[in-house]
Amino acid sequence: MRKTAWCSVVAVAALAATLTACGGEAPANKDAAAASGGDGDIKVGILHSLSGTMAISEVTVRDAELLAIEEINAAGGVLGKKLVPVVEDGASDWPTFAEKATKLIRQDKVATTFGGWTSASRKAMLPVFERSKALLWYPVQYEGLESSPYIFYTGATTNQQIIPGLDYLKEQGKKKIFLVGSDYVFPRTANKIIKAYAAANDMEILGEEYTPLGHTEYSTLTNKVLQAKPDAVFNTLNGDSNVAFFKQLNSAGVTAEKMPVLSVSVAEEEVKGIGVDNIAGHPVAWNYYQTTENAANEKFVAAFKAKYGADKVTSDPMEAGYNAVYLWAEAVKKAGSVEVEAVRKAAGGIALDRPEGLVTIDGESQHMYKTARIGVIQPDGLIKEVWNSGEPIKPDPYLKGYPWASGLATG
Amino acid sequence: MNLTRLKGPGLFAAVAVLALVVAPLVLEPFRLGLLAKYLCFAIVALGIGLAWGQGGMLVLGQGVFFGLGGYAMGMHLKLVDAQGDLPDFMIWSGVEQLPALWKPFANPVFALAMVVLGPMLIAAVLGLLVFRQRVRGAYFAILTQALAAAFVILLVGRQGLTGGTNGLTNFFDLFGQDLAADSTQRGLYFVVAIVTGLLYLGARQLVGSRFGRLLVAIRDGEDRVRFLGYDPARVKTVVFAISAGMAGLAGALFVPVVGIISPALLGVVPSLELVVAVAVGGRFALAGAILGAVVMGYAKTSFSEQFADGWLYLQGELFILVMTLAPKGILGLAASARDALARRPRRPTAPKPPPTDDASGRRVMEEVG
Repeated sequence: MRKTAWCSVVAVAALAATLTACGGEAPANKDAAAASGGDGDIKVGILHSLSGTMAISEVTVRDAELLAIEEINAAGGVLGKKLVPVVEDGASDWPTFAEKATKLIRQDKVATTFGGWTSASRKAMLPVFERSKALLWYPVQYEGLESSPYIFYTGATTNQQIIPGLDYLKEQGKKKIFLVGSDYVFPRTANKIIKAYAAANDMEILGEEYTPLGHTEYSTLTNKVLQAKPDAVFNTLNGDSNVAFFKQLNSAGVTAEKMPVLSVSVAEEEVKGIGVDNIAGHPVAWNYYQTTENAANEKFVAAFKAKYGADKVTSDPMEAGYNAVYLWAEAVKKAGSVEVEAVRKAAGGIALDRPEGLVTIDGESQHMYKTARIGVIQPDGLIKEVWNSGEPIKPDPYLKGYPWASGLATG
Repeated sequence: MNLTRLKGPGLFAAVAVLALVVAPLVLEPFRLGLLAKYLCFAIVALGIGLAWGQGGMLVLGQGVFFGLGGYAMGMHLKLVDAQGDLPDFMIWSGVEQLPALWKPFANPVFALAMVVLGPMLIAAVLGLLVFRQRVRGAYFAILTQALAAAFVILLVGRQGLTGGTNGLTNFFDLFGQDLAADSTQRGLYFVVAIVTGLLYLGARQLVGSRFGRLLVAIRDGEDRVRFLGYDPARVKTVVFAISAGMAGLAGALFVPVVGIISPALLGVVPSLELVVAVAVGGRFALAGAILGAVVMGYAKTSFSEQFADGWLYLQGELFILVMTLAPKGILGLAASARDALARRPRRPTAPKPPPTDDASGRRVMEEVG
């Protein structure tokens, strides 16, 4: 008897769930409409992977963006209104990014969205933002060759990270380079650029190897690298693979003095996972380190640790996400409105002192002027700057200012 | 949904009215688009329901066929958008000439034919090879799963040809219609809903036929069927090919609805998710497969919107809850409940325990299947 009753209850519940699936949307929408109609608030979207393989990296960026929103609200908000974040999970799945972006734009009617990490997620969101004429702020260094009118790129493009990295290797007298990367768009495009650079700069590429994302078996690849005897390795591996790769290198006796491995996707957060012992001494290329010295950074690091815990580190993509919120808020103040076209128009030329130094929005490409910085990983897990470009570099996503890159991309 | 079996055509009509009249009126365009997406998955699920629920072939790699259909459609749309030029991703992947594999997809008739025929052909060849050798059960399941894993590696590795991890995205034009327009998306919803309904009716017809009874017989006792003089390999191959064709069609519909096709949609995990959805809905009934895909799709969206941080746990809980309370899925449960109610008529104090699950499960299979 009891079991029967139970079954009926569950059956009715299941039926109800189905019916909701078919027609239960209206109330939720009404709530949303009411909230966005409320006066004193501006809704902004935050769209990162909070689950799946990318969560470990993207959650830190979300935290930095939420911190920026909190700080801006504490200082009185934007145009006298408070920012209200609407957080969605991209789930490390590119179509989900497109779906959630649509939801933020159409249902929540957010003023702007901060989000994305992988190139694939950006490519999936790009058509959504372009067609809805809504704004996306993308906070991670990427492979360039893109300039959407509805995306602001607050991370580095290739001429602010990869090319300075190559300049650094060249300066150090490293002529024979081996390329190791994860098999997706950023490493493949980066390596295309590196090969063109090498051809024009009298450097030799000894090999180019790709492994699937999430790959963790690196003995074969390490052997290949060792047999080729390069002066340096240019590493575009992403995520967990770095852990296995650096461990393998370390146990094969490779030291940073003999064969430095320059990484472009390893920041403070990743160093913790790789284990400092395996990677100390190797160089990395970014635009910001936790140790970058200026007042804005001291404040950022202190505020981040106060909010999320003293053991937390800050990294380049986090800082770029944190900046994105401030840059957008500044553009809104200048435009006097959150209206997308007005904000886009007002954004060009905005210059702010950020933790990485002076950041200026290039209105034409919607990328940032950024200072390139090469750092070396220290035994305490932080990164010490050993070289910088001296002044912010003008973003050049299509590498038009580099004659050797002329064959790489059209428009 | 349990009422379906009481008044079959009546309830089908009611669901059709709900899907074709009520939903487009009530839902705003974004939600209607999501429903269209769930229905795309429901079409794949219907194929799984046919192959697994009726035929006993546990197919863990339907993502492959979904992907073949999706990529065929995506390639065509990309070529139309490029207007004789190279598709965008080829430019940044360093491809200078349109690969020979792409050329025929400029023709819409070829592309649409490949959407269904490509997956069916591959499934037919694979099925013949495998079923002739009497590979079945877990071995067949593992084989299909390995196929999905290999397919993803292939797609990711050939970036210049397939777009790599990014997949194909940023489509503008569908047979002359602007894909961004709400009217186009609404039209697409109707196409998807009607195709789902027609495929359901077709599959039901198939299962109700002599051929369908043979299929169920093979599921329950393949050797006996063989001794009776039938060729189980042929029957299974046909059904496997049909389920692959459904997945291919679903993939092709998915591309304009969602606007992207990428390896992330076709790997082992998404393929498994669909099998889970079929199990949740009730694998012995074709309606259960569709119900499961829509319920799980809706649950994923609404859980992740409301609990961005922990929605995966909720999704998992829903699955565990349904599987422990109702091993035969939501429809199986509904059937048990109905049987239980029917068997204690006017004797509310009857001491008799409710009927066993097994008996009711068989009923579901016979009546709906």
